[in-house]
Amino acid sequence: MSGKLSVIKQLIGLLTLALIVALAGCGGAPSAQAPASPPSATTARAPAPAPAGQAPPASIKIGVIYPLSGPQAQTGNDMKAAIELALAIINQDMGDLPFALAPGTGLPNLGGAPIEVIFGDSQARADIGQSEAERLLNQGVVALYGAYNSAVTKTASSVAERAGIPFVNGASSSPDLTERGYRWFFRTSPTDLDFSRVMFAFLKDFQERQGVTLNGVALFYEDTDFGVNSATAQKRFAEEYGVPVLGEVKYRSGSAALTGEIQQLKSFNADVLLPSSYVNDAILTVKTARELGFAPQLIIAQNAGYLDNAFLETTGADAEGILSRAAYAADITQAKDLAARIDQMYQQSHDRPLTDAPARAFTGFMALAEAINRAGSTDPEAIRAALAATDIPADQLIMPWQGIKFDEKGQNSLGQAILVQRQNGAYVTVYPFEFASSEVRFPGVAWANR
Amino acid sequence: MDATIVQAVLSGALIGMIYALIAAGLSLIFGLMEIVNFAHGEFLMLAMFSSFWMWELWRLDPLASLPITAALMFGVGVLTNRLLVMRVLNAPALAQIFATFGLGLFLRASAQYLWTADFRAIQDPFLSRVAGGRIALGRDVFIGVPQLVAAVIAAVAFALLGLLIRRTRLGLALQAVAEDRSTAALMGIPAGRMFDLGWGIAAACVGIAGAVLASFYYIYPSVGVTFALLAYIIVALGGFGSITGALIAGIMVGLVEIVAPLLLGIPPAYKYALVFTLYLLVVLVRPQGLFGRY
Repeated sequence: MSGKLSVIKQLIGLLTLALIVALAGCGGAPSAQAPASPPSATTARAPAPAPAGQAPPASIKIGVIYPLSGPQAQTGNDMKAAIELALAIINQDMGDLPFALAPGTGLPNLGGAPIEVIFGDSQARADIGQSEAERLLNQGVVALYGAYNSAVTKTASSVAERAGIPFVNGASSSPDLTERGYRWFFRTSPTDLDFSRVMFAFLKDFQERQGVTLNGVALFYEDTDFGVNSATAQKRFAEEYGVPVLGEVKYRSGSAALTGEIQQLKSFNADVLLPSSYVNDAILTVKTARELGFAPQLIIAQNAGYLDNAFLETTGADAEGILSRAAYAADITQAKDLAARIDQMYQQSHDRPLTDAPARAFTGFMALAEAINRAGSTDPEAIRAALAATDIPADQLIMPWQGIKFDEKGQNSLGQAILVQRQNGAYVTVYPFEFASSEVRFPGVAWANR
Repeated sequence: MDATIVQAVLSGALIGMIYALIAAGLSLIFGLMEIVNFAHGEFLMLAMFSSFWMWELWRLDPLASLPITAALMFGVGVLTNRLLVMRVLNAPALAQIFATFGLGLFLRASAQYLWTADFRAIQDPFLSRVAGGRIALGRDVFIGVPQLVAAVIAAVAFALLGLLIRRTRLGLALQAVAEDRSTAALMGIPAGRMFDLGWGIAAACVGIAGAVLASFYYIYPSVGVTFALLAYIIVALGGFGSITGALIAGIMVGLVEIVAPLLLGIPPAYKYALVFTLYLLVVLVRPQGLFGRY
């Protein structure tokens, strides 16, 4: 029974499976639902456009890819709820809302056909995101939407580009994505370039305004597309604004411990820390920093994990004073009535306040639906042309932007980045100073004085 | 010595103790039955959720609920053995692997279904309030109280485990069954009950590790994956079935992970590459691992 052979077999099996586990990261959780929609009706990759005079399609299928399981499942499901809210507004008659598609049911230019979303689960992994994009195209979607993680958006949108199907992105911030010369890719959200610029503009304005001197910044970023590109942008603006970068630590996303990393950061003695992390790493960073007595004067996060509901719920008082760039903040509801109403509807269905990523997911999806309606057809070329001609005014947005209008690279040129700071348990807008609802608290790290 | 290095060595050794305790259970089961428990990471996850829920529902600190968590996990271990492992004990190796691998997937998916994929954490547990949550050793060296206590608890658990296996009749019986199942049975040792016990102890070990981790780590359904991967490396590095090996290899992995990037000037993003390099080097020289019998 205890022969060497069985041991060797076990070992081989063990190593193979260890490798699978390693490669799979957090894979293995069941793929989220793919609502029943037999591919038989539209087996062709790109569905044929409905010729004039023919009956309009029964429904317009859009594929939406998010990390619905795995380490970022919670963020993914928050965004999924935002998409479902958008669907309700489009498909049901909600004429009292100022969105183009709120009145009437479905898409009026397509005979009132409702939009049907087929969700794909990327598990926050680029390779799975790519295969999910392929699966969704085979199910006859007329456009793809997603995918939050910049690395996943990159692979999934390459599938759409090859197939000649529009891909709209609402919440990936890696600047690279709109620098690839893609014809079918459109992004509504500002990028890390805009987001990073606002951080350095803030540092300059803040030092002048407060009469303080900050010795420089330390960069802390995760090792996937998002973190690496964020750091590249930050280094570029540090140079442009003459802010010294005292050190940088690139860390492995999802590490079991960040002790060594935080310690290295501490040794740089920088007054300002600029972290780019997803939510699990953000939680661990704050806990570890506190335990190692690492308390920079200011922490200005590149959004993502630091604005996540789970981060806010789990770090509690330790998160007080942390700044983050954002495209949306809860106090926008004070300035924008539309944002307040959508936030309320979101909370009714999802039991959670609307945060940055879901707000951007909602906004981008509404823009895509509006373009499909304007195209008046499911022909990919027509949808692409409509997207390129998009011009949504500020009063139809829940975001503090000037509107949505794509440049020749497919990037929204009217987006706007803001800085928020966690004060008394909520994120409030503190920069640009003209939009600020509160003063910056400085120094801004809660555990510094404990 | 440079304060940074001192800090790194301390942090590495502390986290290494916890890795070691997680790996100990894995090693114990393998030593006993030559079965690799691929649901080990999920056992850790269950233990962390058990701590979390006792805190969430009854405000029981993870430290106070540690014995309950350990006892619950003992039960989970025994049940796993009775309901699953005993059925595949004489099956081909692949069937054994997929039985526990499948259990892991089942547990992880069930956790996501029951408790959602949300990240949880225990806010301000007792340990993070003691002395402000950290102890200063000199000007620039700090130790987190939760990490320190976790390492001490891990050390105590190791000592008890060692005593149990080497110094008690029960331990001798376990060793006898591990050595030769049928002869042990002829000597009147009930192998089935020993297997129950082995699984129970192994799961209780990972239960203790989960309870101490819950004081300073985030909790979510896939939390066990990273730790389990490290545990497999540690068991292979220390030698399959060796508890001492798990302890030493665990500390080694903790140290390599934190100290090596610092000394070699390698970005921490590649720290697991260093851990795997260490593993490859040891396995090339000693395929049975540092303290392995095979």
